[in-house]
Amino acid sequence: MTWKWQRAAYSSLPPSARLNVPIDYSATPLLAQHNQTALRNPELPDAVRGGPTQRMNLFQAINDALSTALSEDERVMIFGEDVAFGGVFRCTTKLAETYGSQRVFNTPLCEQGIMGFAIGAAAEGMRPVAEIQFADYVYPAFDQLVNEAAKYRYRDGACGRHVGGLTVRMPCGGVGHGALYHSQSPEALFTHIPGLRVVIPRSPIQAKGLLLSAIRSNDPVVFLEPKILYRAAVEQVPVGAYTLPLSKAEILKAGKDVTVVSYGQPLYNCWAAIDKAEKDLGISAELIDLRTVYPWDKDAVFASVRKTGRCIVVHESMVNAGVGAEVAASIQEDEQTFLKLEAPVQRVAGWSVPTGLLYERFNLPDVARIYDSIKKAVTEY
Amino acid sequence: MKRSLLRHFAAHSSKHAALTTAIPRRLASSLSQRPNAQNVSFPGAVKSDFTNVMSFVQPADIAALPTYRAIDAEGEPVDSSFVADLSDSEIVKLYRDMLFVAVMDLTMFDAQRQGRVSFYMVSMGEEAVCVGSASALEKDDVVFCQYREQGVFRQRGFTAIDFMNQLFSNSQDPGRGRNMPVHYGSSKLNIHTVSSPLATQLPQASGAAYALKIQHQQNPGSVPPRVVVAYFGEGAASEGDFHAALNIAATRGCPVIFLCRNNGYAISTPTLEQYRGDGIASRGIGYGIDTIRVDGNDFWAVRAATKRARQLALQDGGKPVLIEAMTYRVSHHSTSDDSFAYRAKVEVEEWKRRDNPIARLRKWMEHKGIWSEDLEQEARQEIKREVLEAFRKAEADKKPALRNMFTDVYEDMTPELEKQMHRLHDLLERYPDEYDVTGFDGGKKSLQKGLNDA
Repeated sequence: MTWKWQRAAYSSLPPSARLNVPIDYSATPLLAQHNQTALRNPELPDAVRGGPTQRMNLFQAINDALSTALSEDERVMIFGEDVAFGGVFRCTTKLAETYGSQRVFNTPLCEQGIMGFAIGAAAEGMRPVAEIQFADYVYPAFDQLVNEAAKYRYRDGACGRHVGGLTVRMPCGGVGHGALYHSQSPEALFTHIPGLRVVIPRSPIQAKGLLLSAIRSNDPVVFLEPKILYRAAVEQVPVGAYTLPLSKAEILKAGKDVTVVSYGQPLYNCWAAIDKAEKDLGISAELIDLRTVYPWDKDAVFASVRKTGRCIVVHESMVNAGVGAEVAASIQEDEQTFLKLEAPVQRVAGWSVPTGLLYERFNLPDVARIYDSIKKAVTEY
Repeated sequence: MKRSLLRHFAAHSSKHAALTTAIPRRLASSLSQRPNAQNVSFPGAVKSDFTNVMSFVQPADIAALPTYRAIDAEGEPVDSSFVADLSDSEIVKLYRDMLFVAVMDLTMFDAQRQGRVSFYMVSMGEEAVCVGSASALEKDDVVFCQYREQGVFRQRGFTAIDFMNQLFSNSQDPGRGRNMPVHYGSSKLNIHTVSSPLATQLPQASGAAYALKIQHQQNPGSVPPRVVVAYFGEGAASEGDFHAALNIAATRGCPVIFLCRNNGYAISTPTLEQYRGDGIASRGIGYGIDTIRVDGNDFWAVRAATKRARQLALQDGGKPVLIEAMTYRVSHHSTSDDSFAYRAKVEVEEWKRRDNPIARLRKWMEHKGIWSEDLEQEARQEIKREVLEAFRKAEADKKPALRNMFTDVYEDMTPELEKQMHRLHDLLERYPDEYDVTGFDGGKKSLQKGLNDA
C-alpha cells in the first residue's frame, strides 16, 4: 500500500475517477480471452479456424508472424538496431538463433542506413523487414522512405523494379513515461505519401495477420506497433499462418447513433467510453478500427456515418493535419455522407504539442475526453 | 515495459556492430584489462597500443593518398607492369563509347538551349571514369548511378534511341514520362533508375549488394557471385547517406564498389568548401574499407582499379571497396547552370586542352597504331548521324498515355486513385479548350474506367 504522495506523477489516476480508470486488458472484449472467440473471426481461413490457439501478447504475436515469414520465404530478412539478441521489446527473440545471422542481424546505429539498405535489398528481390527502434527515430530515414521507397515503382516504370518486399516496423504511441522521444505516432506524415501503405494493429491477433499481409504485400508498408500493448494486450492467437486484409476497416461494434473511428491503442479507450456513454445516455455507438490508415477504407466509414449521422475520430497523435483531418474532410466531401450528417465531425486527438513527460495524462485522448465527445455529439445535435 | 525502455537507454550508449557473422557473445572475462598490458582490451579498439606520449594525430602530417596512373597525359605508359587487357577492337569500341557520350552531350546541350528538351546534363571530362569502370564489370553486376554516368549506360549497351526516348519522355521511355531528362534506367542492363536526391543510392547499393551475396549463398549453383557498383560525386559524399552506406557495407560484408567521381565542384561549390580532409578516399580507411585513388582521366587506370576492386569485393565472402577517381568537371553543372559565374573560363579551357580523358586514350591508341585522324573524323561523323537520327525519331514519337500519371504508385491502382483518374477525365471532357491532350497516346481515353493499365 503506497501513500498518495509516493505515487509517481506519471501514473497517477485520481481515486474518484469513474471514466478514467485503467484499461483492464484481461477483461476487454476487444481481446479474444478464449479460443472460441479467437476462432470465430470470419476473416480467418477455414484451416486456421479449425486449428489451435495460443495465448500471446502483442510482441509474441509479432515474433510469431516474423518467424512464419522467415520460415516460409528465404527472401525474408530482418534487421535493425539490436534485433539479433531479440530486440529491445523482445519482438525478434530467438529469430537469429533459428534462422541464422545472415538473415537476422544487427545494423550500425543509423536509421537512414537501415532504410536505404532495406530499399536496396528489396529492389534486388529480397523481402526485408527493417526495424526502427522507436517511431520517434524514423525521421533520419524519412528521405529514404518518402523520396525513394514510395516512388521506386513509379519512377522505374517499364523497368518494373519496385521495393514492394519492404516492410518497416516501428514501436509507436504513448507508454506513460516516454516523453518527447519515446511516445510519438508519426503515421499522418506517411499518409501524405502516395506509394506507402501505413498499418497500425490493435491487438495480437490483428498484429500477426496484418504483419504477415504487410510482408507478403508488393507495396512498401510502414507498420506501426503500439508499444504500450506489447505486454499489456494478451489474447488467444491462432497458431497457424493467416493474413488479414490491408486497406480494410473492421467494425468492432455495431451502433446507430454515432460512429467512432480509431486505430491502435485508443480503441480500448473508445470501447470504455462507449460502454459508459451507452449506459448513461441510452444511445448506441458504432466502433470502427481503421487498421490501415492509408490507403484507408473510406467505404466502410462512409456507410457507417450515413447510418448514424455522427462521427468522432480518435487518435493519439496531434490533431493538426492528423488522420482525423483526412477522415473528417473526406466525410464532408462525400455528398451522400455529408447530407446525412447531424453533427459536426469531431476529432479527439493529442493537443498540438510535443508529448511532455509529466503531461501525457492530459494530452492523449482518454476515456473522459472520448466520452465527452460522444455526449456532445448525441445530446447537442 | 519499463525494463526494456531502460535497456534501450543503456544500449544507446554503447553499441557496436558485430564484425563476424556469428552472433557476438562477449564474455565479461575476455574484456578485462590485464595488469601491465601493452595494448588495449577495450572492446571498441582492440588493436591499439598504449602510449605514454600524448599527441594528437594531425591530418596535415599524413601524406595525401597517391593517385594511381597507368598512362600519362601524353598517352605514354608510366606503370611498367601495365598491360592492356583488351583486344584492339575492344579498345576501339570503348573509345567510341566515350566519343559517343561527348558527341551526344554537345547535341543535347544545344537541343535544350533550343527548348527541344527541358533539361540536360553533360559529362564532359568524366567519360573515362564511367566507360573505364563499366568496362571492368560483368553484365550481371548491378549498378546504381547518380546522374553524370551516361558513359556507364553506353558501355553496358544503351543505344542512341534508348537515351533519346528518355530525354524526350516519349511513349518508349521506360520511365513513362515521369522523370526529368537524364534520369535513365534499365532493367535489361541491371542499372537502377536514376533519382535526383543525392547519395540515396549509396546505402541502397549496400543493401542490394547484401541481397546478391545472400542470393548466391542460397543458390550457389544457379546464381553467380556478383557485385554492385555505386557512382557518386564528391559533393554527394557529404550527405549522411554516404556515411550510412560505407559503414553498413563494411559491417555486413557487402560486395559493393563505391566509385566517387571527384571532379572538383558540386555545382558552384569547390572542394575546399566541401571537405577539409584528404578527399573522399581518406575516409574509406576510417570505415575499414580497401581504398584506392586513381587518375580519372586515365581510362586504363580506372579500368585496372575497377577490375581489381571487383575481385576484392568478392573476397572474404564479400566486402566493400572505395575508388576515388580524380577528374575535372569541364562542363557546366547542367543546362540550368552557367559555371563562369563561379570559375574562370581560362581554368576550364586549360583542363580541356591539357588533360582530357578522350584525348589521352586517343594518343595511346595512336602510339599503338590503331587509331588516326581519319578514323577519328569518321567515327565522330558516324556517331553524330546516329545521335541525330535517334533524336528525330524520339522527338516525333507520341507522349506516353495520360493514364501513366496514376499507374505504378502501388502495385494495383487504389480506389482513391481510380476515382481521381476518372475525375480528371471528367474535367478534360467538360473543359476541352483548357487542356491539350493531342500528343498523349490515346488522348483522354486512357483515363477511362475499365482499361487495363497502360
